[in-house]
Amino acid sequence: MSDTAAGLLSIAVLVLLLAAVYVPLGDHMARVYTSSRHLRVERLVYRLSGVRPDVEQSPRSYALSVVGFSLVGVVVLMAILIGQSHLPMSRDLPGMPFWMSFNTAASFVANTNWQSYAGESTLGFTAQMAGLAVQNFLSAAVGMAVAIALVRGFVRVKDGTLGNFWVDLTRGTVRILLPIAFVGAVLLIAGGVIQSFSDSTMHTLSGADQVLTGGPVASQEAIKELGTNGGGFFNANSAHPFENPSGYTNLLEIFLILVIPIALTRTLGTLLGRRRQGLAVLGAMVFLMAVSLTVVTVAEVGGHSATAQAAGAAMEGKETRFGEWASALFGMATTGTSTGAVNSAHDSFTPAGGGGVLVNMMLGEITPGGVGSGIYGILVMAILTVFVAGLMVGRTPELLGKKIGSRQMTYVALYTLTTPALVLLGTGVAMALGATPDTMGNPGGHGFSEVLYAYTSGANNNGSAFGGITVTSTFFQVTIGLAMLLGRLIPIVLVLLLAGSLAQQGKVPETAGTLPTHKPLFVGMLVGVILIMTGLTYFPALALGPIAEALA
Amino acid sequence: MTLRLLAAQALQQLPEALRKLDPRHLWRSPVMFLVWLGSVATTVAAITGPSVFTISVAVWLWLTVVFGNLAEAVAEGRGKAQAASLRATRTDTVARLLADDGTESRVPGTRLKVGDRVVVEAGEVIPGDGDVVEGIASVDESAITGESAPVIREAGGDRSAVTGGTRVLSDRIVVTITAAAGETFLDRMIALVEGTSRKKTPNEIALSILLVSLTLVFLTAVATLPPMADYAGAPQDLVVLVALLVCLIPTTIGALLSAIGIAGMDRLVRVNVLAMSGRAVEAAGDVSTLLLDKTGTITYGNRQAARFVPAPGVSEERLRDVARLSSLADQTPEGRSIVELALTQGADDRDLPAGATFVEFTAQTRMSGVDLADGTQVRKGAGSAVAGWLGTNPSPEVTDVVDEIARSGGTPLVIGCIDAGAAEGRVLGVVHLKDVVKQGMRERFDELRSMGIRTVMITGDNALTARAIADEAGVDDFLAEATPEDKMAYIRKEQEGGRLVAMTGDGTNDAPALAAADVGVAMNSGTAAAKEAGNMVDLDSDPTKLIDIVEIGKQLLITRGALTTFSIANDVAKYFAIIPAMFVAAYPSLDKLNVMGLATPQSAILSAVIFNALVIVGLIPLALRGVRFRAASATSVLRRNILVFGLGGIVVPFAGIKLIDLLVSTIPGIG
Repeated sequence: MSDTAAGLLSIAVLVLLLAAVYVPLGDHMARVYTSSRHLRVERLVYRLSGVRPDVEQSPRSYALSVVGFSLVGVVVLMAILIGQSHLPMSRDLPGMPFWMSFNTAASFVANTNWQSYAGESTLGFTAQMAGLAVQNFLSAAVGMAVAIALVRGFVRVKDGTLGNFWVDLTRGTVRILLPIAFVGAVLLIAGGVIQSFSDSTMHTLSGADQVLTGGPVASQEAIKELGTNGGGFFNANSAHPFENPSGYTNLLEIFLILVIPIALTRTLGTLLGRRRQGLAVLGAMVFLMAVSLTVVTVAEVGGHSATAQAAGAAMEGKETRFGEWASALFGMATTGTSTGAVNSAHDSFTPAGGGGVLVNMMLGEITPGGVGSGIYGILVMAILTVFVAGLMVGRTPELLGKKIGSRQMTYVALYTLTTPALVLLGTGVAMALGATPDTMGNPGGHGFSEVLYAYTSGANNNGSAFGGITVTSTFFQVTIGLAMLLGRLIPIVLVLLLAGSLAQQGKVPETAGTLPTHKPLFVGMLVGVILIMTGLTYFPALALGPIAEALA
Repeated sequence: MTLRLLAAQALQQLPEALRKLDPRHLWRSPVMFLVWLGSVATTVAAITGPSVFTISVAVWLWLTVVFGNLAEAVAEGRGKAQAASLRATRTDTVARLLADDGTESRVPGTRLKVGDRVVVEAGEVIPGDGDVVEGIASVDESAITGESAPVIREAGGDRSAVTGGTRVLSDRIVVTITAAAGETFLDRMIALVEGTSRKKTPNEIALSILLVSLTLVFLTAVATLPPMADYAGAPQDLVVLVALLVCLIPTTIGALLSAIGIAGMDRLVRVNVLAMSGRAVEAAGDVSTLLLDKTGTITYGNRQAARFVPAPGVSEERLRDVARLSSLADQTPEGRSIVELALTQGADDRDLPAGATFVEFTAQTRMSGVDLADGTQVRKGAGSAVAGWLGTNPSPEVTDVVDEIARSGGTPLVIGCIDAGAAEGRVLGVVHLKDVVKQGMRERFDELRSMGIRTVMITGDNALTARAIADEAGVDDFLAEATPEDKMAYIRKEQEGGRLVAMTGDGTNDAPALAAADVGVAMNSGTAAAKEAGNMVDLDSDPTKLIDIVEIGKQLLITRGALTTFSIANDVAKYFAIIPAMFVAAYPSLDKLNVMGLATPQSAILSAVIFNALVIVGLIPLALRGVRFRAASATSVLRRNILVFGLGGIVVPFAGIKLIDLLVSTIPGIG
């Protein structure tokens, strides 16, 4: 089979798989967050943690719970990482340095999974499992909880509450993430991903002994993708044969990355009681994903850079067992979802391909975005769209029966301001420092792209690395750490306050004078606003990096 | 408004626009304030390091601010002219204060307090707002309404309110003052049209928040650019950075935002409606339920003859001619309509024969008619009254017709006649009188429905009559035998469902409903209480105008959204002009982004700055006139506006900047 046929076939299989689970998974998630029944294990959790599961929280209380829970998570994870030498199965590795542990803890709590360390040579099994993997579950559940809270804001009428964060967190973990991750891990093991608690020693042909790091990889791998986390057990991430041995596991991992963010649009439609609204949101996401995939694939397969042409193909930094198509598909999925796992080196992508995955993150992680964060991110953009364009129907703006007034706009404006500010200020300050060019792996525009990519990835909670750049200096550890944490928590707080202000409102009935938000016209507007806002914000920076390079 | 007139106004307002360069004024619009700061910065740069390019950029940045001010000044200027003419009518009047003992004293109008009673006689100006408590007079209100025909104001009822500054033409009235000097309707009107009491509306505030956040995004993008540019080996001049910033921030909408709002109020003033706040105008765009009074709004207000139904054995011509005869001297609208109908059906237009006497309608007889010289008597009236007069019961056929007409909501008028010399008279037939729905109302309501607005007819008629008229007029719902409480309950019910309600009213008993409605339009002829309760006053007292008000509200919001979209869409082309210009020296490959083929980096940047300034001027007429509005569904309105202002906003600046570049590149030192 030709590369093209194989590439198209795997895309087709992926689409079919996602389509097959779309309705059942989406509706299952809707039931999870609306059911009044508590599972026995959940009751146990509530009893142990002293949570009263039937008490509804105000937006402020919900937001404080999220922020408090996240900050406690950072502290606990830092303690585990710093003190890992005292924990069992530490593989005799020393504790992590302070700022690296801050960066790592911020990264995993913020669902970013930016890694300034190499997993296999830095972390023991306990730190991986009890530290990182726990946050892989919890940070994903937090994202979903916030998304559901925002949807409740649209659904509830003259209500001061948004649900109970602790219940949403527990249910998301117990009823959605754990079961799917379990099945995913089993399927990955079946595909050859390792799951062990020891290293193995190989005798090489030359007679030497080589120690191969083993570990509980499959269990980590499943939630790494499912929770759009992306932090690899190994430094090479999903390019490593123990994490992602074959084309089959590669497709399975891409499926796991996309399945919850995609199915959440169904959950959205079901909870709103407007299924077509969910499809409209999905439509905008899929359109942007398709454009992105086309750009990256064409760039990688066809539009070779000068170096790649000299080499015959743009295979530098790609695994031969995946090839260009599967690398481009993985790259699109991982940057479109705030996952940040990689099966190839984005640094080695062609300028247009690397720019493509960079722009994917700059869109704000909404195509289809991280678990939960994709939904609330695109709903915020939808509010922005109805505000700008909705006035043109001759009514003050409204979305899903809720008026968008100055209070809502304040939250939306601050939301849309946060990530660009973190990316641009981080990159700007880094570039102003004389030492920065020395950390780059490449000169010129490409070196700049490495820095821009680092802050874009951090502030957007993606976590993938362009590579090339060395980010272990305290400056990078602290600033990228802050970018990740602020890029996560500020938008979440704003989204919850927004949700609260929406829940308080009554509901405006739909008339012929209402801007319909489930039709192709609105989907087109939403896509336009997302592209124009992203383009206007980042065009100067992009011009100095990928664009300058790509046009050369 | 022609462009020439607008240009004249702009020229006239130029000094005002320059006065508004005061940063304390500009602070109200953060976007324009930032442009002002940029202008100051580039001016300093132009002085310390003068070059054709730097000076040109500085000049055009100042012009950008001036153009923005000009838009606002022109919009305000129209109101000011109107305020001046209103002020002229507020001459210092002398009031004839009436003491409790009946004695009169002369005091200046400005010294009147609420509750004072004053006497106003023919030829005198009413010294303040008040209610007529004694007498009846015709009043010339042209100073306020522009309508020259005098109106009647009388004690009691809903026509008792008089406005200070209007002139009594006949008779004598006693007025109780209801507003202290300085707070009269005229004072408020002057303040409103002048814009002195103008506050930002909720949607304007929300939009300003968006504009500020966009400005901050661009400020961040530009402020973080120097280290990136330095690294690229293309250090950037302050002037270039300021130029980029000003081109990116939403100056177009930022400059025109307040002009759009003022112009919206002004459009209302032009249809003789005064909005007490910009908020009310915005609410008008959101209205989804219109409560319309039947009488005067939907129907002509009086019943008119629609057809003649002869009794068995009577020819239609005979009924027609007799009915006409009976009404020739009848000056009521019903009577006149019978004569008109008869004429259109072929009756001759002979006058009443000599010696005929007109029998007027009285509450006792409930009939009117005519007695001819030859002894023939004709009467028309309610069936039972005519039957009583004739002394016979009408035939069952006639009774059927009468019932059928009543059921359909009409009024049956029975014609009875006793011929000269005849022993007894007989019923000739029935005239069908009905409320005639104004022409074009059904189409108006269809339009409103397509815009998602429900129309509800309010009437004192019984449900039967109301339904018939509602069906004929094509309203969505009706409220029959409506009391003020019913109206109020209906408004509450609609509002609970999240709908915004607009209504008109004039009576004191309308006041609570007017206050509760989201848009309450009080008729200027109404009572002071009604005017106080509503948030708009219609100087023409024309209830149909509610529909115009809704359209003006929508137009205001559309204009705002269209110019915001246009402003943001413009940035795409500006990037394509400026970014290659800035970095082409460091990365020659970026010249491929110079899709417009602009001559030099300097000409490209200057052209973008000039376009950015000129587009403000170019859009002033649109901001003042408003985007063309036509009634249609949200989807079709949106599709059109997206095409014009969204796609247009992307395409137009590419052409505009290229054209300007062709001119600018001929300037030595730039091209």
